[in-house]
Amino acid sequence: MKLDIILAGVGGQGILSIATVIGYAAVQSGLDLKQAETHGMSQRGGDVQSHLRISDHTIYSDLVPEGAADIILSVEPMESLRYIPYLSPQGWLVTNTTPFKNIPNYPDLYKIIKEVGKVPHHVAIDADGMAKELKNSRGMNMVMTGAASLFMDIDFEKLKEGIRYSFGRKGQEIVDLNIATLEAGRKFAEENRSS
Amino acid sequence: MDNNTLLLLGDEAVAQGALDAGVSGFYAYPGTPSTEIMEYVQHSKQAAEKNIHRTWSANEKTAVEAALGMSYTGKRTMAMMKHVGLNVAADPFINSGITGANGGIIVTVADDPSMHSSQDEQDSRVLANFAMVPILEPSNQQEAYQMCFTAFELSEKFQTPVMLRLTTRIAHSRSGVKRGAPLDENQLAMPEDKRQFVLLPAIARGRYKLLLEKQPSLEDEANNSPYNRYYEGSDTRLGIIASGIAYNYVMENFQDQPCPYPLLKLSQYPIPRKYIERMVDQCDEVLVIEEGMPVVEEKLRGLLDRGPAVVKGRMTGELPRDGELNPILVRKALGLEAHPSTVAPEVIAPRPPALCPGCSHIDAYHAINEAIKAEYGDGHVFADIGCYTLGALPPFEAINSCVDMGASITMAKGAADAGLYPSAAVIGDSTFTHSGMTGLLDAVIENSNIVVFILDNSTTAMTGGQNSHANGRLHQICEGLGVDAEHIRSIMPKRNTHDQFVQIIKEELDYKGVSVIIPQRECVQTQLRRAKQKQQGGKA
Repeated sequence: MKLDIILAGVGGQGILSIATVIGYAAVQSGLDLKQAETHGMSQRGGDVQSHLRISDHTIYSDLVPEGAADIILSVEPMESLRYIPYLSPQGWLVTNTTPFKNIPNYPDLYKIIKEVGKVPHHVAIDADGMAKELKNSRGMNMVMTGAASLFMDIDFEKLKEGIRYSFGRKGQEIVDLNIATLEAGRKFAEENRSS
Repeated sequence: MDNNTLLLLGDEAVAQGALDAGVSGFYAYPGTPSTEIMEYVQHSKQAAEKNIHRTWSANEKTAVEAALGMSYTGKRTMAMMKHVGLNVAADPFINSGITGANGGIIVTVADDPSMHSSQDEQDSRVLANFAMVPILEPSNQQEAYQMCFTAFELSEKFQTPVMLRLTTRIAHSRSGVKRGAPLDENQLAMPEDKRQFVLLPAIARGRYKLLLEKQPSLEDEANNSPYNRYYEGSDTRLGIIASGIAYNYVMENFQDQPCPYPLLKLSQYPIPRKYIERMVDQCDEVLVIEEGMPVVEEKLRGLLDRGPAVVKGRMTGELPRDGELNPILVRKALGLEAHPSTVAPEVIAPRPPALCPGCSHIDAYHAINEAIKAEYGDGHVFADIGCYTLGALPPFEAINSCVDMGASITMAKGAADAGLYPSAAVIGDSTFTHSGMTGLLDAVIENSNIVVFILDNSTTAMTGGQNSHANGRLHQICEGLGVDAEHIRSIMPKRNTHDQFVQIIKEELDYKGVSVIIPQRECVQTQLRRAKQKQQGGKA
């Protein structure tokens, strides 16, 4: 088993919280893990990515090779497109549709969504909207994790454990809310996957 | 994962490795991608319980010197920095090769090929070779951990500092690290030779000879190092030398079938000649794959380039001459077929980093632009290294230089010496105490006609908000250096103080001498973090 994920977003959107949950689930499943992160200048509102590699055998490269990613999990629609060269032909692009506009020349959102639609295997989800509906205003990342979980060969229960591990400090209420958010994301992907 | 296995960044693996290998003190100045080493130590219970030294230093030079002082006492110590930080520390680092060590001393340097967060992509192995100091270059996080033990042993056995060289992708990548049994710290034990660290010419000449004499033994160590491994291969048309993280990129491409070529994994220097000779004797061509500059390749090729084997790599175009490696670049160099992949659509716009909303630098640049750029045109503002360097980009385009830590003040002085008016410098509080103070003294001595803006956000912001040595001391420092107290001006940079700020700049531009203007407002990131901590603390 091997699972290569590119996590994408904008500095400050907190993609590493996704990596923590998935990484925890992978480690608890006895799998090997490597996770390359973006630190430094780009964290000031620039484009950021994290390469998350999970496998049942030795992982060498810390970076996912281009054309090898099983999933691009992006919390921002334009950022999801930036990493398309990494996506394997069978891979899934799972993206939030809520744009993060911190540049003056942000492209027409319609054009971006159209490009997302051209990817053979994709899920596009208004994760910000869904999180708000669930009264989990900061739950966008967990909506996205839930949606992408559908394409991960990892026990869903283990991801819930990852949430308990990540949010445990903040109390049972927050844990439950985020597990519900995760489930809602997954359900959306089940019902709205492109193929 | 068992209890003894931790999921660590390469940086964190180094920190934990040093802690377990009996280190007594860490010395560092923050710099991407090395910052997380000290941050890990500062959050470590183990370090707190043992009271391991873990306060930031003013700059990399003071860090290496303090570490050398700790080594003098027989204790184990580590200095950490980014690659350009080693330039600042070059003086003590190079000479520490000649003094040699007493207690083990590791100089950990994290290089940043592709300049993700840096002004250049220099390769620290060049400076280690220059200092004739052995290098350990981990291929993975486990090695990064383990090498701390090895480096301390090597340092004490041969009385030499050891460089631990990381690059961005190992420093900032996380993986499982299995811990070993922790060692006790060394006891205080002064050097046997009380003149070991006295580099008077007569003594230094002797010490230098010792350094030269050590080299064959250091190479023996590399020849027998468990980190250098030679894998035989049946196809000897090509041999591969892959150093550090480059080894991973080679192996990534031989997952389905074993590598058919002889392969040297190189992780300890001086370059182990035993293996190089074996490969050159065996193979028609040698491909050198290394992250950073073609350090090994250049050495193998030599000036005449007429060895028995053809040496290929970054210098012959098999790999790009600049930038960091990745599995695909290495795949191409190995002559393997590329994976199918799609080109990214054109609609994507670049998203450069930017100052945070509400950042005090924004207000500072609005005022500086109005008082200087609008009045006198572009080209008068020398800047420095930090978040405020982003003032070079739209919408501000307020600054005209960014070279090295502290260069804003000295470049402004040189330009003023040449007759440029106005000539201004923009420097952050932490950068000022790192390397700006001496330049300001130069300006004071000559009463240079410059205006220095010390943008005081009370932290080292770009690297994530570490403590700044300047905190609460800027006025005193500037006055102590001889700046006229009347021309040290403070302002709270905010939208509603803009006119007052512009007025202050105009007044100081009219003053023929050194002026310092200190816009002071805390970094919005550290302010937010403190508020969060307070909130969480309140709940607990």
